[in-house]
Amino acid sequence: MWLINSSIGRKLIMSISGAALVLFLLFHATMNLVAIISEDGYNMICEFLGANWYALVGTVGLAVLVLVHILYAFFITAQNYRARGNKRYAVSTRQQDVEWASKNMLVLGIIIVLGIGLHLFNFWYKMQFTEIMHSAGASINDIAKATDGVYWIKQTFSCPVYVVLYLVWLGALWFHLTHGVWSALHTLGWNNNTWMPRVKCISNIISTLVVLMFVSVVIYYGLASLGCCGSSCCAA
Amino acid sequence: MAKKTEELKDTAMEATKKVVRAVKKKVVDVVTDEATKEAVEAVKTAAKKVEKAVKKAVADEQYVDGKVPEGPLAEKWTNYKAHQKLVNPANKRRLDIIVVGTGLAGASAAASLGEMGFNVLNFCIQDSPRRAHSIAAQGGINAAKNYQNDGDSVYRLFYDTIKGGDYRAREANVYRLAEVSNNIIDQCVAQGVPFAREYGGLLDNRSFGGAQVSRTFYAKGQTGQQLLLGAYSALSRQIKKGTVKMYSRYEMLDVVIIDGRARGIIARNLVTGRIERFFAHAVVLGTGGYGNTFFLSTNAMGSNGSAAVQIYKKGAYFANPAFAQIHPTCIPVHGEFQSKLTLMSESLRNDGRIWVPKKLEDAKRLQRGEIKGRDIPEEDRDYYLERRYPAFGNLVPRDVASRAAKERCDAGYGVNSTGLAVFLDFSDAINRLGKEVVAARYGNLFQMYEKIVDENPYEEPMMIFPAIHYTMGGIWVDYELQTSIKGLFCIGEANFSDHGANRLGASALMQGLADGYFVLPYTIQNYLADQIQVPRMSTDLPEFVEAEKAVQAKIDRLMAIQGQRSVDSIHRELGLVMWDFVGMGRTKQSLETALEKIKAVRKEFWSNVFIPGDKMDLNVELEKALRLADFIEIGELMARDALNREESCGGHFREEYQTPEGEALRQDDKFSYVSCWKYNGEDKEPTLLKEPLDYEFVTRQTRNYKS
Amino acid sequence: MNLLLVKQEIINLKKMEKTINITLKVWRQAGPKAKGAFETYKLENISTDSSFLEMLDVLNEQLIRERKEPVAFDHDCREGICGMCSLYINGHPHGPDSAVTTCQLHMRKFKDGDTITVEPWRSAAFPVIKDLMVNRNAFDQIIQAGGYVSVNTGGVPDANAIPIPKPVADEAMDAASCIGCGACVAACKNGSAMLFVSAKVSQLALLPQGKVEAARRAKAMVAKMDELGFGNCTNTGACAAECPKSVSLSNIARLNREFICAKLKD
Repeated sequence: MWLINSSIGRKLIMSISGAALVLFLLFHATMNLVAIISEDGYNMICEFLGANWYALVGTVGLAVLVLVHILYAFFITAQNYRARGNKRYAVSTRQQDVEWASKNMLVLGIIIVLGIGLHLFNFWYKMQFTEIMHSAGASINDIAKATDGVYWIKQTFSCPVYVVLYLVWLGALWFHLTHGVWSALHTLGWNNNTWMPRVKCISNIISTLVVLMFVSVVIYYGLASLGCCGSSCCAA
Repeated sequence: MAKKTEELKDTAMEATKKVVRAVKKKVVDVVTDEATKEAVEAVKTAAKKVEKAVKKAVADEQYVDGKVPEGPLAEKWTNYKAHQKLVNPANKRRLDIIVVGTGLAGASAAASLGEMGFNVLNFCIQDSPRRAHSIAAQGGINAAKNYQNDGDSVYRLFYDTIKGGDYRAREANVYRLAEVSNNIIDQCVAQGVPFAREYGGLLDNRSFGGAQVSRTFYAKGQTGQQLLLGAYSALSRQIKKGTVKMYSRYEMLDVVIIDGRARGIIARNLVTGRIERFFAHAVVLGTGGYGNTFFLSTNAMGSNGSAAVQIYKKGAYFANPAFAQIHPTCIPVHGEFQSKLTLMSESLRNDGRIWVPKKLEDAKRLQRGEIKGRDIPEEDRDYYLERRYPAFGNLVPRDVASRAAKERCDAGYGVNSTGLAVFLDFSDAINRLGKEVVAARYGNLFQMYEKIVDENPYEEPMMIFPAIHYTMGGIWVDYELQTSIKGLFCIGEANFSDHGANRLGASALMQGLADGYFVLPYTIQNYLADQIQVPRMSTDLPEFVEAEKAVQAKIDRLMAIQGQRSVDSIHRELGLVMWDFVGMGRTKQSLETALEKIKAVRKEFWSNVFIPGDKMDLNVELEKALRLADFIEIGELMARDALNREESCGGHFREEYQTPEGEALRQDDKFSYVSCWKYNGEDKEPTLLKEPLDYEFVTRQTRNYKS
Repeated sequence: MNLLLVKQEIINLKKMEKTINITLKVWRQAGPKAKGAFETYKLENISTDSSFLEMLDVLNEQLIRERKEPVAFDHDCREGICGMCSLYINGHPHGPDSAVTTCQLHMRKFKDGDTITVEPWRSAAFPVIKDLMVNRNAFDQIIQAGGYVSVNTGGVPDANAIPIPKPVADEAMDAASCIGCGACVAACKNGSAMLFVSAKVSQLALLPQGKVEAARRAKAMVAKMDELGFGNCTNTGACAAECPKSVSLSNIARLNREFICAKLKD
């Protein structure tokens, strides 16, 4: 119960779910890198993560983590809003040493959720979801392409609008992570005066690494599409 | 009164003559048994006569009896505790005690009494008990632990305190204070007070003025804060347990006396303005000192002497009001609207060296701002404390250091634009120890100085000047800390008991906590043991109603004046009178002038003050006005006492009484007593009663810090 | 030094000191339930050597001369240690200077012609009493919940019986330097009191004397903090950035650690 009732308990949930999501992102980003190195390799991973039971369990687990993270975020923000009282300051100035991201985590989070929606539609819906439906007996045309991840990547990033949207999304993710990673460790109690700068440094490295890996794929395929013909999406 | 003293003298003279005669006879007639017997008998009868006369005089309130227990000095307190009356646990619950104030004395007393099981009501004027002004004490707290193996002992702490107080404190009280000082340190450490430690993990000490041993325990430059938070945490624990009920933002405006005993207080809820009545079987005051009489002092803005004045007016004696301490290391006055003076801890004198220029022309150039302190070469600096007092140097007691600074500035050697400042220089210490060590010891004080003065004390010598800091005088209490009103106790700075005419550094914290943790919780039981049959009384009794009416009337009178002047402007005026005429150097003439001028201030106040707002509301101006009314009373009492005391001792310096070298000259044959002032009503002069100070265990000497 | 001399000195001082003119926007609110509003006052010839509160004294003196009610604000020691002063000045608790309380903020930090906005602490747990005064009783209640070592007076071991490593004692001292002013809550966009609570929990958890009941203390104090309506900490660090005593953010990490370990042991 203390995970719901006490402020530190609630924060603990945020930090654990957040940390788990960071681990997922690390995995996801690494996996994406393969798409640059070897298209076949990437598609093998896609096949591996299709409608298999372990992948499905993982997906459900992930969905639960994301949901918990989001719900708690709203819950905590609402409470914090009440704690501020009825009156707001007429003048408020940003303090030095306070990261901009730390004060805008909810906004960043909302951008990220929107991005996830788009991303699910672009990829997950066309890949794992298609496979699931197919196994469930539904007749779906695109089943052949369901495990051809590289096809969908090319498809998506041949459109500059998507490239920009993804870059914005990943930018928000970077901000969210720079605060989120060290904050999670801090909430878990893994911090002290000596480690504070180190933890923040580690946090920055992780978020930059994750985001750079994602961004490299977007840029790579974005540029690649410019090299060949105009994309179907833009033509449409 | 004079007649009775004459009688007493005659009896004593007669007895002495008899002894002399007997002894003479003994010498002349060779030795005969008869002569010896006769002599012994004569002495015995004479002694009895004297004793009887003294008792009679005490009964007639000519002398005040401190009720010091019999026995050797070192055993008095042990014996007292062994034989005092106690209250059993079941009865404690049925006894209410009001404690006013939540400083070191008040909070520790309330907490300790609560732990014992008494039902305690605790009051403070601030928004939280943690804000009391004890929190501002920086330097440290003394104890005779002898952890440094430098020859400290209970006796030495006792002796230093008595000597530092210029032989005007009660021996037995001071000895008890030194005795319990060690328990205080143990208690505070157990509470989690983070005292400074050595690398070996044991407690560190520093030295303070007036002592040749290092016996001062400290927590950075925030010792008072840490000790108070310790007491506050103990108090908080009792509040949680329900043994103490806390009333924050309440100000005591009167004490209620029923059949000669203190039975409660009248207090104003400072938020709503409501006047409320509270009953208790005993009342304890730990309301601090009255240094703010001077307007500019190092006291907090809210520190006041009102509670003391209220009980003085109800019959408690006010003792030694003239004894106020001027602290040598404060940041100099900067301007007209200055609201208070900031103290820099005395501990700075451990490593800082005090000086002024040797040459008058250098001083003039400093005053005109043409040169800085660091521009003056070493050979042109006059380290006057080291020059005058080689043995103690920069660590002479506060009164001595303050007067020496005044002497230099009066001679024209002041170093800032007002000519009212001397240098406190750390360049030697920085060269010797390195900047880091100095920063570790005094960093927060240096930071504070820089914030206020806008000058970097690591590079430029600090400028300091004396300011009113502490009042040794206060409500008279006996050995049990009971005032002359039964059931009314007074602890901490509010009472007069332990510091004589001058307080040594790091002794105020010691006294506050000694009274609150280890003395009062015992002695109050000796009184309460007889009160267990007394039921809780209704606050509708006529005495309560009367007291409340009087308070209301006073408030109404103040609100109705509707004059032209703000409370502060009149308070400033009072402060200037006090500083100029009842300040560091007093003369008969200056004190008489002061009495005249205070009268004028009083008249101005009661006819021309303006208090805006409503009395039934949070009204800061009304609070200040009520306090100022009492400061005026105290100011007058201080001047009166200073006028009466025709000697110089400790913080009280009468310019007529000084040695050729300008040191204080005591008049032990005439003034070896505590002056206790008894209130006789408005516009009547108070009566002076005396508690003789008989030094049984130490010999009075001239204080000497030279060799 | 006599009265005349003092007056002469003040005149001399006036010649030397720098003064500024400012406009003040001050929050005025008659009582806890009253609706408040800003009022604008002009102040002239304010010495740059005076403190912010002395400047408010001048304002009040001016208001009294105009037979108006002075501005109510909390203050006491005026040397930065009692924690009673509490103004939100130009968007910062205790004003724009770092590591000082309002009483130690000096007017030299402002420029001639500046407009200065002064507001009370704004937090649900610190309701306004009048003008710029707020009720910080919630802090007392949190300490009462467990911010102590449960020892009675007397009967304790010798002070040197338990050696404490100097770095530990120093760290405890740094945490203990909290003055309970509430700037952390005022600065926090979440209205969280974590820095205040963590400072006390840290101080006592670090010292062997306090370690004995560290778990119980952390749980009790956090529960009380939550009950009183303070918000959830999101580690923005605004509290530590505005803390006049520079209490470190890492205390919050220790509190988290103490609390989580305590709960996991339940």
